[in-house]
Formats: sequence, structure tokens, C-alpha cells
Amino acid sequence: MSELSQQVAIVTGGASGIGAATAQLLQEAGATVIVADIQDAKDCPGRFVPHDVASEAAWQSLLADTLQREGRLDILINNAGVGGGVGNLENTTVEAWRHTEAINSEGVFLGCKYAIEGMRKTGRAKPASKGSIVNVSSIAALIGSGGPIAYSASKGAVRLLSKSVALHCAEKKYNIRCNSVHPGGVDTAILNPVWQIVGREQGKAFLDAVHPIGHIAEPRELAELLLWLASDRASFVTGAEFVADGGMTAGLQKRRIFGAG
Amino acid sequence: MARVEDKVVLISGGASGIGAETARLVLREGGKAVLADRDLAKGEAVARELGPSATFVALDVTQEADWQAAVAKTVATYGGLHGLLNAAGVGVRNTIEDCTLAEYRRVNDINSLGTFLGCKSAVAAIKNSVQGKTSGGSIVNISSVLGLRGSAQAMAYCASKGAVRSLTKYVALYCAEKKYNIRCNSVHPGYIDTPMIAPRLEQSWGNRTGREFLEDLHPLGRLGRAEEVANMILFLLSDESSFSTGSEFVCDGGLTA
Repeated sequence: MSELSQQVAIVTGGASGIGAATAQLLQEAGATVIVADIQDAKDCPGRFVPHDVASEAAWQSLLADTLQREGRLDILINNAGVGGGVGNLENTTVEAWRHTEAINSEGVFLGCKYAIEGMRKTGRAKPASKGSIVNVSSIAALIGSGGPIAYSASKGAVRLLSKSVALHCAEKKYNIRCNSVHPGGVDTAILNPVWQIVGREQGKAFLDAVHPIGHIAEPRELAELLLWLASDRASFVTGAEFVADGGMTAGLQKRRIFGAG
Repeated sequence: MARVEDKVVLISGGASGIGAETARLVLREGGKAVLADRDLAKGEAVARELGPSATFVALDVTQEADWQAAVAKTVATYGGLHGLLNAAGVGVRNTIEDCTLAEYRRVNDINSLGTFLGCKSAVAAIKNSVQGKTSGGSIVNISSVLGLRGSAQAMAYCASKGAVRSLTKYVALYCAEKKYNIRCNSVHPGYIDTPMIAPRLEQSWGNRTGREFLEDLHPLGRLGRAEEVANMILFLLSDESSFSTGSEFVCDGGLTA
């Protein structure tokens, strides 16, 4: 029997990038995977459900649909996010700020809220259910050079929100863990605005060089960490921060790295 | 020489608590303070009491137009702007299960969007007052110990203060890169005896009062006083801290130790 057989996982933003790679690994580990994304995903692993993480109604229907079809929920990967363009301190509008917050911060808040409801409903009936929520934050929560200002703020919110969720579930004895993951540069569509400014080849060479390990990550390199946190191998791990950034935050940096301007 | 001689400081949440205490200290050390607050009566009263080196302006931190007007009035009244203290904030208790989306947004709007808008609106005026000068500009954002640690009972508040912690580092690096001569740091107070936590002090926790419960959380065995946080903020507003930017300053009686 595979490690995650009989477990049901939702991956937001699962149509591409880190989400798609994680959906793939979860499925290989035996989980039933629901890919929830605002973009279409025809060939994704698991079952695709159109989903807007910023919409509370969408979360309600995603949860109801999941419990009706699969009968349970064990894993939520809150991966959907936007880079928020390249807005800086002086030119970011309130509208742009709200757009970033709605997806990156409110979307994760809603995901945690409804996943807990779903996991609680099914966990008692099926004692094998040990819930795990993994929230994808960013190194932008840890250092000031990780992205546009609204992005930094939204990922900082996710970092602390994750701890509060972890503590709440622990206090209530829900058997649900919650952790945050902080990727450095990952070769996904979120970097498209950077490529548009400097060109992919030049931009990637620059980003590769600022990661001590010598390259930005492939989505799969983050997916391995997300899979581990989702599984019972991480059973004593909750409320913690997991950095996968090729060493970027281990040392000192002089320059702003992303979202210059 | 006074420690913030002739520096003009705009203070959101200036009508009470940490904001008002900082205004008092800024004046004592030779500066000018503009108290910006939603509470008109209290803000005007504090400004009157402090005298001609303090003035009041109405401010809802979630409204960009209010911020622009506050900055304009500051520059018109005192001829420049050198420091910004983002002290306005709301303390709310909720958990991931009982917090509504509207409440999550309200808390994040006041604490996080409000701080962003303060930095955004003040940066040009501060830059104009300090660029090329020996004495620099300083932005101080009030986060919290709950921007460093989570709390099951303050989920939305933690998220908003985590946002402030992260955006402060962004602002620091942005201003450094642009050579604006403006520093930006976050301050992380523990539980401070201010109007923000007054309702909690009255509640009972089992056989203890809220005050006893909160005092006991701190290794120093007491709540902080607003003037103790103001002392840290004054250091950050002054040129004494001229090499500190993008950093986290904890004032919590040992709570996170």
C-alpha cells in the first residue's frame, strides 16, 4: 500500500509550477488529488476543479464537492499565489495591493478555515486521517529583497497566520498540523514579469547567480518538501518555517533581488 | 544637544498609547510632532496639552487621501518631515475558525495596508527633507511580539503584524537602494498598558484578572509601559540609530526569549 493511499489532498494553484509538481508527487504517493486552480489544467494529475482562492463561495463549494465525492479531506496545499507584478513602495496602488492580498493572504486564510472544517468532519469518522496544511509563503517574508512590497506583506502574513493556525489546531486537539514553506527563486510562471523586463536568459543567469547553490529551483525541488510536510513523516512538525532557497537567506546580500524598480 | 532637535515626526495613532507617549518624548528632545488619529477629540486635546510644537490632523490610516493630506499639513506647518511612526493599530482576538473574511480584511487593512500607505505617502516628503544631509530620515513601524510568534487566539492580528514585519524590510532596502537617506525598522512590543489592551485587563481568566494573566506571561512579571516603547522608538527616530535599518527591535519584557 502506498504511503498516502486513502488520503485526499487539495492543491491550489495545481495547474502549473510548484502546485503541479506537488500534485504529481502526492498522486505518486497514492493520494487522491484535487487540483484547484483558476487556470485550466487539462492534463494535470488528479481531478481538476476550477477554483478562485480569493472567493469564499468557491471554497465552500470546493469543500462540499470534495467531501461529497471523496468522503474526506486530509491534506491542503495552499500554493496558489501571485507575484503582484513589480510594484514598489512608491507606485503600488491600493487596488494592486488588495489584489495581491486577496489571493496570497486572504486566499490562504480561507483555505485554512475551510480545510479545518473539512478535516474535522471527516477525521473523527476515519481515525486514520491526520490533517496537514502546508502554506506556501516565500523568502520575501524573511528578507526585504524577495519581491514587490505587497508580495512581501502578503507572504509575511502567511508566515504568522500559519503559526496561529498550527497553535489553534494543537490546542483544540484536532490532529491537524500547519507549516509554512519559504521558497527562493523557482522556475515557474510567477517569474514571467521578471523575464518580461530583463529577458529570460539574462534574468535567469542573474537569479541563478544570487542563489549560493548556483541555480534557481525546479518546481520538483519544492514539491519534495511539500510532500514530506503533507505526510505523516512530519508528524511532530507544526507551526514551523521551512526554507528551500538554495542558500539565499543563509548568508548576506547587498542587493534587492526581485522586483527592482 | 537634544536628541531629535528640529526633526518633524508624523505619528499615526498619536492620540493615545505608544503614539502619544512618543510625541511627548519627541517634543522633550527638541522635535515637533504631528499627531494623526481617527479620534478627533482626544487627538486635539493631546496636541493642545503639548503646545505649539505639536499639532493634530484627522487620519483614517486605510485612506490614502487622508495620508496625503496629513503629510501635506505636516510640511505646511513645520516646513518638512523627517520621521514617521506607524503606531495606529487594532488588536482583535479571533481564531482561524471564528474569524470572518470581513474581519480578517478589516484587521489587515488597519494594521498592514495602513502601515504601507503611511510609508508610501511619507517617503517623498521625508526624502525631500533629508536627502544629501548628514542627519537622516527614519520610519518606525509598530509590529508586535505577535509578528514574531503565532497565537491561536489572535490569528488575524498575527497575520497583519507579520505583514508589517516583512514589509518593513522591503521599505528599508528600497530606500537604501534609492539612496533616500531614510531608514526603516520594526518595533515588536509585548503587552503594553495602553487603551488597546484595556478591555482585556478587565476580563477574568479563571481565578485571575486579565491583568494578572498578561503580567505573568512576561518574564519581567509586569506589563510594559508606553514610555518604555517610546524610548526605543525615539532611539530609532534619532540619528543615534543611524546604522540600523530593516531590523526588528523587540521590547517585550523577555516574552519571546
